[in-house]
Amino acid sequence: MDPKFRPGDQVQVLQRDQPGHVRTPMYVRGKTGVIERIVGSFPNPELLAVGHSGLPYKMLYRVNFKQGELWEDYDGESDDTLEIEIYEHWLAPV
Amino acid sequence: MSETHDHSHDHAHPTHTHDGKPIQEDPLPSLEAQILEASVRELLIEKGVISSDDVRRAIDQVESRTPALGAKIVARAWDDAEFKDKLMSDSDEALMAFGVDMRPTELCVVENTDDVHNMVVCTLCSCYPRPVLGIPPAWYKRRDYRSRAVREPRAILREFGTDIPEKKQVRVHDSNADLRYLVLPQRPDGTEGWDQERLARLVTRDSMIGVSDALAPADVED
Repeated sequence: MDPKFRPGDQVQVLQRDQPGHVRTPMYVRGKTGVIERIVGSFPNPELLAVGHSGLPYKMLYRVNFKQGELWEDYDGESDDTLEIEIYEHWLAPV
Repeated sequence: MSETHDHSHDHAHPTHTHDGKPIQEDPLPSLEAQILEASVRELLIEKGVISSDDVRRAIDQVESRTPALGAKIVARAWDDAEFKDKLMSDSDEALMAFGVDMRPTELCVVENTDDVHNMVVCTLCSCYPRPVLGIPPAWYKRRDYRSRAVREPRAILREFGTDIPEKKQVRVHDSNADLRYLVLPQRPDGTEGWDQERLARLVTRDSMIGVSDALAPADVED
């Protein structure tokens, strides 16, 4: 499986309402960040959690967000960041 | 968290989501779940798939891991540049030397420097590098830590007694999927020439979660 994104690529997390064992927290949905690294392919947790094999595996990335992008009134420094793992099917190119 | 605790940060941010309550506060599993667990366990034992001893041994093993193991790993990384490179780039192989198997997760080691301070949280539940640090502290699973660590990390750090200078970047790692995170704290000044055993005494659990720095030599030397 070839990763769709490369480190340094700008990506937007999908703003999708989806029930179940979703590992994409609300606070990053719709937000724009940068691929920090490709972690590799892992079983899809949304399927794994309900007794399936997790196939097809999903490519997982670490995405870096500026805190100011996540929180309009962020009360820290402008360089502060948050890094989180997002599966490929939750990301769109910018 | 008691009823009198200040909940203002729990609910002030409507963009947050939390998959359920902090584990520490969860009520007992439903009677149905308890019966299901006991039934499956007893069936597996009756059919000889596993033994009661296997169950006990697995619990014993999980609960016997302590932050002392993480401290040894950090002390070696401080002392041995080659090991540190390996730990940062291919942690699986580096951890084999300590008998640690992270599977099915992977350990991601993040290094504190003069310019960067890292801290770790799991907003969705309580993911934690148990094979190297053991059972997470109660506060790590609490809803207020989990929501505020991503929202106002510097304020949380100050409450832990850790003041991060303005010019230093704070990087929060939300441990939400398949990686587990270990912070490599900065090696304290005044420890030149120390061996790994002595260095390990400076490495606390909290410093490996990133809510504090490692201890100073004066904190541990008699």
